[in-house]
Amino acid sequence: MRDSFVLRNSLKILGLGLLCALAIYAASSLFVSGSYLLAALPLISAGIITYIFLSKRRYPIRWLVPGLLFLFVMVLYPIGYTFLGSLTNLGTGHMLSKGQAIEQLVGRTYAPPGAERYAYTAFRNPAGEFVFLLQGRDTVLVVGGEGETITLPDARVVDEDGDGQPDRALDAHRLEVREIIALLPTLQEVRIVYAGVTLGIDSLTEFRVQMSKYAYDETTETMTDLENGTAYTAVQGIFTSAAGEEIYPGYRVWIGFTNYVRLVSSSAISGPFARVFAWTIAFAVLSVLLSFTLGLGLAILLNDPHLRARTIYRVLVILPYAIPSFMTILVWRGMLNQNFGVLNQMLMSMFGAGARVPWLTDPWVAKAACILVNLWLGYPYMMIVALGALQSIPHELYEASHVDGASRWQQFRKITLPMLLMPLAPLLIGSFAFNFNNFNLIYLLTGGTPPVPGTQTPAGATDILLTYTYRLSFEGQRGNQLGLACAVSVVIFLVIATISAINFRMTGTLEELSKNV
Amino acid sequence: MYSRHTWVGSVARHLLLLLAIAFAVFPFLWVLSASFNATDSMQFQKLIPPTPTVSHYQELFGERYKFGIWLWNSVKISLITSTFVVALTALAAYSFSRFRFKGRRVGLLGLLLVQMFPQMLAVVALYVLLLTMGQFFPFAGMNTHTGLILIYLGGAMGFNTWLMKGYFDTIPRSLEESAKVDGATPFQAFVKIILPLVRPILATIFVLTFISIYSDFLIASVVLRTADQQTIPVGLRVLISDQYGSRWAVFAAGAVISALPFLGVFIVAQRYLVSGLTRGGVKE
Repeated sequence: MRDSFVLRNSLKILGLGLLCALAIYAASSLFVSGSYLLAALPLISAGIITYIFLSKRRYPIRWLVPGLLFLFVMVLYPIGYTFLGSLTNLGTGHMLSKGQAIEQLVGRTYAPPGAERYAYTAFRNPAGEFVFLLQGRDTVLVVGGEGETITLPDARVVDEDGDGQPDRALDAHRLEVREIIALLPTLQEVRIVYAGVTLGIDSLTEFRVQMSKYAYDETTETMTDLENGTAYTAVQGIFTSAAGEEIYPGYRVWIGFTNYVRLVSSSAISGPFARVFAWTIAFAVLSVLLSFTLGLGLAILLNDPHLRARTIYRVLVILPYAIPSFMTILVWRGMLNQNFGVLNQMLMSMFGAGARVPWLTDPWVAKAACILVNLWLGYPYMMIVALGALQSIPHELYEASHVDGASRWQQFRKITLPMLLMPLAPLLIGSFAFNFNNFNLIYLLTGGTPPVPGTQTPAGATDILLTYTYRLSFEGQRGNQLGLACAVSVVIFLVIATISAINFRMTGTLEELSKNV
Repeated sequence: MYSRHTWVGSVARHLLLLLAIAFAVFPFLWVLSASFNATDSMQFQKLIPPTPTVSHYQELFGERYKFGIWLWNSVKISLITSTFVVALTALAAYSFSRFRFKGRRVGLLGLLLVQMFPQMLAVVALYVLLLTMGQFFPFAGMNTHTGLILIYLGGAMGFNTWLMKGYFDTIPRSLEESAKVDGATPFQAFVKIILPLVRPILATIFVLTFISIYSDFLIASVVLRTADQQTIPVGLRVLISDQYGSRWAVFAAGAVISALPFLGVFIVAQRYLVSGLTRGGVKE
C-alpha cells in the first residue's frame, strides 16, 4: 500500500513536470515569434493544472481537467477569437501581426542592375551543410556563409573523374541539378558575405549581389523602398505609398465595428446579407414545420393498434435516419440533376420533354429542393419523438371526449395537439436551431448556388448564414474576408443565444436545473 | 382515438403508408442499384440492373481512387475521438455526480450554456489556431488527423456530461463506499465498480459521438487539405464533384460502403442506446 502511494505520487510529480516543461517550451517559442499574449496561455494553464493536482481541496476538479482543457482551448478560446476577429481586418493579405509583416518585408532583397554574378557549384557534406564554389570575377570557396578567394586547382576541390567539373569539395559531394531543384527553398535562404557584399541565389545557376529592399523606420512608421526611394506609410493594415501603391503582406489591425457597419449599410454587402438572413430563417422554420407535420401524420397512422404490419412500416419509414446524411444529400444532388437526374427523367417520361425541372439551378426551385430534401432527412426524427409522446397521452381523455360526442378532428385539435406540443416544444426549438446551422444540407446539396449576379461577396440564392461565412472565409474569389466572416458568425451566435433563451424561459429548464443539480 | 377500419379506410391507410415508404426508400434503392449497374452514367441507369456487376466496387478500391484511405481515415478518426470523448466525459460526469465542491453548479450550468454555441461557428478561429499550432507542433497542425481530433475533443463536454451525470446519479453510492472501506482509492472504485455498471450510457455516448464525427464535413474540410488525409464526406464530395455523367456508379458504390460502418455501429449499439437515453433522461 505504502509503495503504491509513493509510486503514484512520483508518477504524478513526473507528469506535472513534463507538462510544465512542455508549457515552457510552447510559451518560449510563442514569445520568440512575437505572440506575447498567446504565450501566456500555456504558462497560465500549466500553472492552474499543477495547482489543482497538488491541492487536496481541489481534488474533485482534477477529474474535470482533461475535458475542461479541450473545452477552453478548442471552444472558448475560438469563440473569444471570433468575437475579437470580427473587430479586425483579418483576411487574405492581412493574416500576420504587424511585427511579422515588417520582419518579412525587411528581410526581402533585390539584385541591383549590373550587380556582380557568380556561377556556382553546390556541394553537400554528410552532415547536411552546404559548400559552394563560386566562379565570377574571383574564384571563391564558401564554407559556412563566408567566402575566401582561391585559385583553381585547389587541393580542397577535387575533380575525381577528370571531366573539368569538380566532384568533391572538402568532405562534401556535388549536388546534381535535380537535387538543387528539390533543395531550392532551402538554398534561397542562403546568404554569403564576400568582399563586403551579400550574395544570394538568383537563378538555378547563378549567385548575385543582393541588397535589402526595404528599411523600416519605427518612429515615423514608414517603410522605405531602398531601390527607388518610395516611402510607404501604414494605412489600415497595409503599407501604402502616396500614389496609392500597396505592398503585401499587410497585417491585422483593429477596425472597430466596421465589419458590422458593412453588414447593414454597405450596399454591396448588406443586400445579400439581408437576403441570406431571411432565407436562413425561412428555411429553418419551413423545415421544422413540414417535417413535424409529416412525422406527426405518420406517427398517428402508425400508432393505430388496428393497423397490420406496423413494425415493417415503422422500420422502413425510419430508414433515412439510419444512414449518414452527407451521403444521402449527395445522392439527392444526383437525383435532382437537371439533365441526368432520375426525377427529371421520370417526369419527362410522364409529361414530355417540357417537364425538365431546373431543380438546383433556378433560385426558387432550388430553395424548394433544399426544403424537400431536408423534409426527407428530418421527418423520421419527428416521427420517433411524436410516437413516444402520443403513447404518453392518457387514453381516458379520448374515451371521455368520445362519450361527449367529439369528432375525430376535435379530438386531434383539443387533445392530441396540445398534449403533444407541451413535451415536444423544446425539441422543435432545438430542431430549429439545428436547421438554422444546417451546413451539410445546403453546402452538399447546392453549395449555396445558384449564384446571384452582381454581388460583391459570394452569396448564392440558397446560402444560409453558416455556408455564407464558410464561403467568405475559404472560397472568396477576391481573397478571403475572415474578419467579415467572424462578424457574420457573431450574428449567428446572437440569434442562437436568443432562441436558446426563449427555449429556457419557456421550459423553465434553467430554474429547474439550478434547483436539482 | 382509434376505431376499427372500414375496408375503404384500411386501403387508404395502406396506400398512404406505401407512398411514404416509396418516398423514404427510393433514394436507397436507386443508389444501391446504381452501384451494381454496368453503366457509369446516371442517364442510362436502370432500377433493376440488366447485367449486374461489382466492377465499380473493385474500381473504388483500385489505384485511381483513394477510397480505401478515406474509409480508414474516417473510421480511425471517429473511433479515436469517440473513445477519448467517452473517457473525458465519464471522468467529468463522475466528479459532478459524486463530489460536492465550489463551482460545481456554475460548472454544470456553464457547460449547458457553452453547448449552445456550435463549434463550427468558430471555424475561422479554429483554422487560425491550427495554423499557429502547426508552427510549433507540426504533428498537430493543419492537414493532420491529430489536429482534427484535438478540435473534435473540444466539443466533448456539454450535453454528453449532462447525459452521463444523470445516469451516474441513478447508481447508488453505497457501492463505492463499500469499496473504499476495503481500501480502494476513489479512482479505483470508479474504474472497477462504476464503469462496468454504466456501460449502456458509455455506449450511448460513444455511438452518438461516432455518428456525428463520422458525418462531419465542415471542420474536416477546413483542416484536411490533401487527398491522402481526407475523410469520406470530404473525399466523396470531391470524387463526385458534379461528374454525374461519368462517375455516378463509382460514387454510388462509395456511398453504399460508407453507410456500412455507420449502420453497423447503429445496429450493434441499438439496445444500449434506448436504455441509455431513457435512464439518463429520467430524474429519480
